[in-house]
Amino acid sequence: MSGLTIAALVGNPNAGKSALFNALTGARQKIANYPGVTVERKAGRLVLPGGEPVELIDLPGAYSFEPTSPDEEVTRKVVHGEFAGEATPQVLVIVLDATNLEQHLVFAQEVIALGRPTVVALNMIDLATRDGLVLDAEALSQGLGVPVVPTVAVRRRGLAELSAAIEGVHKSARTIQPHPQPHLTLPERRLAAANIAHGAILSETAQHRLHAGLDKVLLHPWLGPPILFALLFVVFQAVFAWATPFADGLEALIGGLSGWVSATLPGGFLRDLLTEGVLAGVGSVVVFLPQIVILFAFILAMEASGYMARAAYLMDRMMQGLGLSGRSFIPLLSSFACAIPGIMATRSIADPKDRLTTILIAPLMTCSARLPVYAVIISAFIPSTAVGLGIGLQGLVMFGLYIAGIVGAMAAALVLRRTVAKGGASGFIMELPRYQMPHIKDLAIGLWQRAWVFLRRAGTIIFYVTIVLWLLLTFPRAAPGESQLEASAAGHISKGLAVVVEPIGFNREIALALIPAMAAREVAVASLATTYAVDAPDEEAAAAGLASQLAAKWSLPTALAFLAWFVFAPQCLSTIAVTRRETNGWKWPAFMLAYLFGLAYIFAGITYWSAVALGL
Amino acid sequence: MTVDWGAFAPGDGARLRALGLDAGARVAIAHRGVLGGRDPVAVVIGRMTVAVRRVHAAAMTVETL
Repeated sequence: MSGLTIAALVGNPNAGKSALFNALTGARQKIANYPGVTVERKAGRLVLPGGEPVELIDLPGAYSFEPTSPDEEVTRKVVHGEFAGEATPQVLVIVLDATNLEQHLVFAQEVIALGRPTVVALNMIDLATRDGLVLDAEALSQGLGVPVVPTVAVRRRGLAELSAAIEGVHKSARTIQPHPQPHLTLPERRLAAANIAHGAILSETAQHRLHAGLDKVLLHPWLGPPILFALLFVVFQAVFAWATPFADGLEALIGGLSGWVSATLPGGFLRDLLTEGVLAGVGSVVVFLPQIVILFAFILAMEASGYMARAAYLMDRMMQGLGLSGRSFIPLLSSFACAIPGIMATRSIADPKDRLTTILIAPLMTCSARLPVYAVIISAFIPSTAVGLGIGLQGLVMFGLYIAGIVGAMAAALVLRRTVAKGGASGFIMELPRYQMPHIKDLAIGLWQRAWVFLRRAGTIIFYVTIVLWLLLTFPRAAPGESQLEASAAGHISKGLAVVVEPIGFNREIALALIPAMAAREVAVASLATTYAVDAPDEEAAAAGLASQLAAKWSLPTALAFLAWFVFAPQCLSTIAVTRRETNGWKWPAFMLAYLFGLAYIFAGITYWSAVALGL
Repeated sequence: MTVDWGAFAPGDGARLRALGLDAGARVAIAHRGVLGGRDPVAVVIGRMTVAVRRVHAAAMTVETL
């Protein structure tokens, strides 16, 4: 870290910290870098009115400095300067939800009592006005003894004033020594919070009716769950249906590029490397960007609107049956996009055994990296017929695969909670934040970060893996009449592995694809594309899409077994790495690998032999 | 309301207190149960809604105002 001034945003969860952070730093944020970089540290650059740049960090939400979850522990350590490798923030910016002053002031006082340069952002002041609350920032400032700036993060109101206030307290701090205040007990702070809040509230009307009205329907004991499941079903149909035109467009673009390279470059090593290796491999993965963006759009919108916490509420009863709590639902739902943010989101789970179980089953949620694998196989083997009500058979099979993952995860949770992660039942205590219209800009920033991580993976890991694989597939050259795959170095390697996977119906090409897919699941598609492109007898066959090649070369039982394999197989180095980091050791990632590969092998085998027996 | 803190797992008590569910607080029940079950319970405290389990709610004694 350079000698930049560091300012940290602290506050209760749901105070609108992240929205304020986005508004203050814009897109100039350090994008989460998986794996290796800790993501609890979201940092961005803020330029003060005087021109001094400040590093702004967004700390996890906390209710107090007495941590009850790993998330809160991070906040406590960073603020107190006890976090290894992290400089103590010079300025603390407390973010308060204006509509929830009495609650949020309890933690705010604890922060102010540290006696460090502090500014309060009285956020979501517009919602307070909508709720019929009229607040006096001046009175609040006097009550707390620090500057108070009213802000509306999502409308960018009060940002300049907040920057000026940060600069103000930072400057005066150079002359004034920190002066910690006497420590108050929790009841004392709560009493003081109530008094300060009452002093700042000029007038108040009853709680907004819309909020309670929505909950009446969405949290209804009988209506709520069907609404949630209908919503989830729409999400997964949308991922498959809406993305198609964009994916087709990208595919056409890559095909055109490949054609252009073939036409422009002279035949030979470089041209083959580009068309058969890079474009066939990386291109077959990049076409799934639209699906990943759509899935993340839904998840981010559910989080931003406040519905995600309701989903956790609705799922709690079911999760309790598995020995987990509704809190596990949010990490698990995120895992549908990617297990890495999912596993990191388990930090908000207080109970260690709950958390471990959630981490271990998170890879069973169908992440977006499996989408390319599923989508290719489904489009090759499942006819695109409608089964009525506008639901396609392909979408239904996709939904079935998601369900298979969920059922597998439920069974695994039941077993794990009774064996390796045995422990008392945990509680479920969670704030249900007020509903909010998700703000387009915040969604856009979140989506951009996810898309960028995916594309960078395609540009780095997948790029290199595809090139290495292409080289292994291309050399040594086959004698005339001999298959290139048989003769190549990769062909010899896959012969060994094929012995292991042949009993579950896998062929040589699959065995070959599974090795590089250890890096990331979607590489399997890239590998198959490269393999069949190299092995194609003529240009025309090479140009045919991967799906049609698979349809011609695989039997249906093999394809189904391949799908079953990927429901369980933990083929993602990043997930293993993040599990190691979050569980502090190799014990649990090793356990995760063993149990998931075991399940994958067993279920692929069952699927293959059942399909063969049924004569498919 | 009054609370029997001994009824909770160690971390739960601190969590409830941090959310303001403490002796003397004014609360109201907003929603309870999903699909015929009686868990969880949504409690309104101030302008905040908090979901808790029935075991937590059972340890809180309230008097109607």
